[in-house]
Amino acid sequence: MNAEQARSLLRTMWRIRAFEERVGRLKRSDEVHGLIHLSTGGEGVAAAVCGQLRDGDVVYSGHRAHGHVIAKGAPLPETMAELMGRAGGLCRGMGGSMHLVDVAHGMLGATGVVGGTVPAALGSALAARMRRESTEGEDTVSVVFFGDGAVQAGTFAESVNIAALWRLPVVLVCENNGFAEFTPRSAHTPVERVSDLVAPWGITAATVDGNDAVAVWEEFARLLAGVRAGDGPALLEALTHRLRGHYEGDPDRYRDAIATEEWQQRDPVLRLERTGIAHGWFDTDEAKAVREAAHAEVEDAVTWARESPWPTPELAASLVYGS
Amino acid sequence: MRTTYAKAVGRALGEAMRADERVLVIGEDVSAGGPFTITSGLVEEFGADRVRDTPISEAAITGIAIGAAQSGLRPVLEIMYIDFLTLALDQLVNMAAKARFMSGGQLSVPMVLRTQGGAGQRAGAQHSQSLESWLCHVPGLKVVMPSRAVDAAGLLAAAIADPDPVVVVENKTLYFRAEEVPDVVAPAPIGRAAVLRPGRDATVVALSRMVHEALTAADELARDGIEVEVIDPRTLVPLDLDTIADSVARTNHLVVAHEAVGTGGFGAEVAAAVGHAAFDDLDAPVERVAAPFRPIPVSPGLEDAHLPGAAEVRAAVLTVLNRSVR
Repeated sequence: MNAEQARSLLRTMWRIRAFEERVGRLKRSDEVHGLIHLSTGGEGVAAAVCGQLRDGDVVYSGHRAHGHVIAKGAPLPETMAELMGRAGGLCRGMGGSMHLVDVAHGMLGATGVVGGTVPAALGSALAARMRRESTEGEDTVSVVFFGDGAVQAGTFAESVNIAALWRLPVVLVCENNGFAEFTPRSAHTPVERVSDLVAPWGITAATVDGNDAVAVWEEFARLLAGVRAGDGPALLEALTHRLRGHYEGDPDRYRDAIATEEWQQRDPVLRLERTGIAHGWFDTDEAKAVREAAHAEVEDAVTWARESPWPTPELAASLVYGS
Repeated sequence: MRTTYAKAVGRALGEAMRADERVLVIGEDVSAGGPFTITSGLVEEFGADRVRDTPISEAAITGIAIGAAQSGLRPVLEIMYIDFLTLALDQLVNMAAKARFMSGGQLSVPMVLRTQGGAGQRAGAQHSQSLESWLCHVPGLKVVMPSRAVDAAGLLAAAIADPDPVVVVENKTLYFRAEEVPDVVAPAPIGRAAVLRPGRDATVVALSRMVHEALTAADELARDGIEVEVIDPRTLVPLDLDTIADSVARTNHLVVAHEAVGTGGFGAEVAAAVGHAAFDDLDAPVERVAAPFRPIPVSPGLEDAHLPGAAEVRAAVLTVLNRSVR
């Protein structure tokens, strides 16, 4: 990791953190709608993975997708407007928090049904793989983000098998936060490490501390290089902590809150600040400027989104079919 | 040329693949032709990349078709039996059908899902169902259900060219009927019904296999001087209600006939739509011909008794005519 990459990583992570915290407050004032699943605590995974992808690389995600969408390049005003259900949103107000799409930046879909987008990422990878046969230099990859809860869904097992069988250029990125909705992983499965599951298929897999954005960056870089080179699929398991409840409004009574001091140590954003300053990638003032710029950008996004009009029934009626 | 429904579908697939290299066939056993020989011969011409065998993973292969369609390919996915579509419904209903809508028009899913339903082969309640009405309840899907070889080919060609996800529901008992089909089959427009027999006394709207049963019943009734108009909607969503309502305006009597159970069946939708659009034209309540509300039995005598046929259509026509208020 060099200084430029580190600054970019920190900037993306602060933009996600500021965005998510602001969305949490907007949910309490009923300005963003529906089921809101914040990715606070997972910023390092989104930023380190998407920060190494091109616009043409495809990303799919699940219900906790805000960070992935922002990290892939979606503009904050349009993303915020989408959460507010406005016509100026990424999806013209038709998708909302759980169904964010930004085709211009390769963010092709998110779903509210756990595990549902894993096969779609394979389909996109299949299209890329077929283009490889005919196009010199074609090395597009697909990435799909999912939580550890999705690993117990049938689509995961089916997809792992097919991705390996067809040697698809896809990276499966599991954000393992130890909780599937309200229930700890131990109540869902006796398997501790998701990365242990794929060995029989010959899929390259690694587990990394998701709170360490630099470690995620480096591990993903290694896996991505293999997938781009045509070595077949890879799986990255990032161990993270979901700072908020499953969704905003979740009383979160099924687990003990993390102690403030412990979180100060683990928080991926603060941790990258400490690491970056220690390495001389940026100094304290630069880190502070990045943080303040992110918060200002989010405030501007809120202002922009609040002024965006509501979608019309005519728009909704026009979007069911293409012909 | 004289051919079969099965061969007409296979030929349409080959023509689409020849015309557009983005078209690929995905499904279980497709390179071997599948249990009904539909895709036989394709792998020899187009190779295993474009005639792609899959594991028995209906959910994943449906999702793969969706992702491939969103990334520039034109997949034709085969789900071997409509009964197995149960395994893929999250993908079809929550992903494919809603992608355009929920992305604000950024995404489209130009995929075709071919499957087949219908009883009559003693295959039992898990390999014989007619589940098309489930699909018709989902905005974003188009549903076609061809009864004749020419439409099986023509609607498939139109479905492959369509920008939306189209489910083609074929029928296993029709695959090996010998039929006359033009050498060059034009795409059949999605959303347009076919009037297969003109008549002045009653309209029968029939789906899939029941179209042929309705035509048989119409022949029999004609011997008694009763002229039945037989309409094959061909497309269930979007439904060509105009053609049906125009017919009812002339015949004043309507029978709807399908092999699915009546409860929640597509016939209920047709009856309600006609009841609204053409209430003043109807001289009698709409009669529905459908299977009884129970799983399909496997024992030959029970299955034969379960399935509606020409006799039930004939009886229903006589019922609407006898109940006529005029």
